[in-house]
Amino acid sequence: MSPTKSGSPAGPGVGAAAGPALEVRGLAKSFGTNQVLRGIDLTVPRGKVVALIGPSGSGKTTVLRSLNGLETPDAGSVTVGASDVSGLPALAVDFSSPAPKKARARQVAELRDRSAMVFQHYNLFPHMTVLQNVIEGPVQVQKRPRAEAVAEAESLLARVGLADKRDAYPFELSGGQQQRVGIVRALALKPQLLLFDEPTSALDPELVDDVLAVIKELADEGWTMVIVTHELAFARQTADEVVFMAGGVVVERGPAAQVLRNPKEERTQAFVRRLLHEN
Amino acid sequence: MDFNLFWSSLGPMLLGAVKGTIPLTLASFVLGLLIALVIAVMRISSNKVANGVGRVYVSIIRGTPLLVQLFVIFYGLPTIGVKLDPWPSAIIAFSLNVGGYAAEIIRAAILSVPRGQWEAGHMIGMSRNQTLLRIILPQAARVSVPPLSNTFISLVKDTSLASLILVTEMFRVAQQVAAFSQEFMLLYLEAALIYWVICLILSTAQTRVEKRLDRYVAH
Repeated sequence: MSPTKSGSPAGPGVGAAAGPALEVRGLAKSFGTNQVLRGIDLTVPRGKVVALIGPSGSGKTTVLRSLNGLETPDAGSVTVGASDVSGLPALAVDFSSPAPKKARARQVAELRDRSAMVFQHYNLFPHMTVLQNVIEGPVQVQKRPRAEAVAEAESLLARVGLADKRDAYPFELSGGQQQRVGIVRALALKPQLLLFDEPTSALDPELVDDVLAVIKELADEGWTMVIVTHELAFARQTADEVVFMAGGVVVERGPAAQVLRNPKEERTQAFVRRLLHEN
Repeated sequence: MDFNLFWSSLGPMLLGAVKGTIPLTLASFVLGLLIALVIAVMRISSNKVANGVGRVYVSIIRGTPLLVQLFVIFYGLPTIGVKLDPWPSAIIAFSLNVGGYAAEIIRAAILSVPRGQWEAGHMIGMSRNQTLLRIILPQAARVSVPPLSNTFISLVKDTSLASLILVTEMFRVAQQVAAFSQEFMLLYLEAALIYWVICLILSTAQTRVEKRLDRYVAH
């Protein structure tokens, strides 16, 4: 992939035949007087992994939440490419053009259906077993046959080494296990886009590697992913592109090795240095 | 004290409990919970009208005596042409009353479920109502059992007020026997004893329900 010039937004239309998996343009969002996003551009080619890094309060989590419809941006556009798997057409939502509340809510819901999110604090449903957590979306929302959903859930759980936990409740699992269930719950929705919001920040250090290994495997399989993370070593190994955000803007972007090893911008340099010293 | 009278009046009083107090309590509680659920959902909605209606309802119910509510419905409504029998009057008054108190309990329980649960529900594609029904309310139920049990136990005792609008429940039986025999102390203590036993049984049931709902929580 072609790295874009540091500090400037990616050029429109990178040129892949089928178009990128995700295209974000000029995303802006304020909470009251606090302007959290000040025009974010982001392009994620199909099957690629983009890591969003930056100090807390930089807006990276808000970008992710906007993609999953958990926040509604004030301006900008989000375009999800046509699906190779389900045949769904491309979906473009323009937040800059005003829409009635109900129409906007429908757009946001449509956008949400294209992606699945893994939360920092897992957010598993505590009153449901592991299996019930995983099949809730497929069965209750997507109306897929229960037997099929169960079979898929079981094979996904087996993949992350949790086959024997299918009837356990979340409180009976370690943080690392809960997060792997969180990942399986997201995968079971068969999304076009996987979103990770600091997936290992709430974990004890010794549990981090298991979860990162699973995410790395998904990246190698060709899932399109956007990951907000503080794990720079992981970002270097897994991400195709690293985007450094600060103060609601993209400060620098480029191939992982370049941004993390030889950042051009002073703010990126300071941030990377500080994180490396901490770890 | 006349213990023969104690035993001979026990039968009619227990019958009053089985045919009056208990069905009155159950019917009013179930209806009251339904009203409470609706009001609670109105109270957490962003719709200003729904929210306001819910708030006023709760305020009126909590701000006026149950006995007055009962009298307005049974003795008041007929003067404007709405004549209700004792039983329907009692059930309406008690369920409206339970609805007001339980609405606040359910609202607080819903608000006690972490935001992340709403977000996870939305993330898997659920609508607001679906998330409320399948994700939030089951968790809110666990939190609201102890305070709702309080409401339930209060209701058992409050049904004695129905004797004042001519519902033949246990306390009315006690009053009738007492008036006839002039053994006020005995009959009213006997009534108190029966209420107490019913509430003891309910407390045990409460503990069981709590245990069951606690099965998915770390201890």
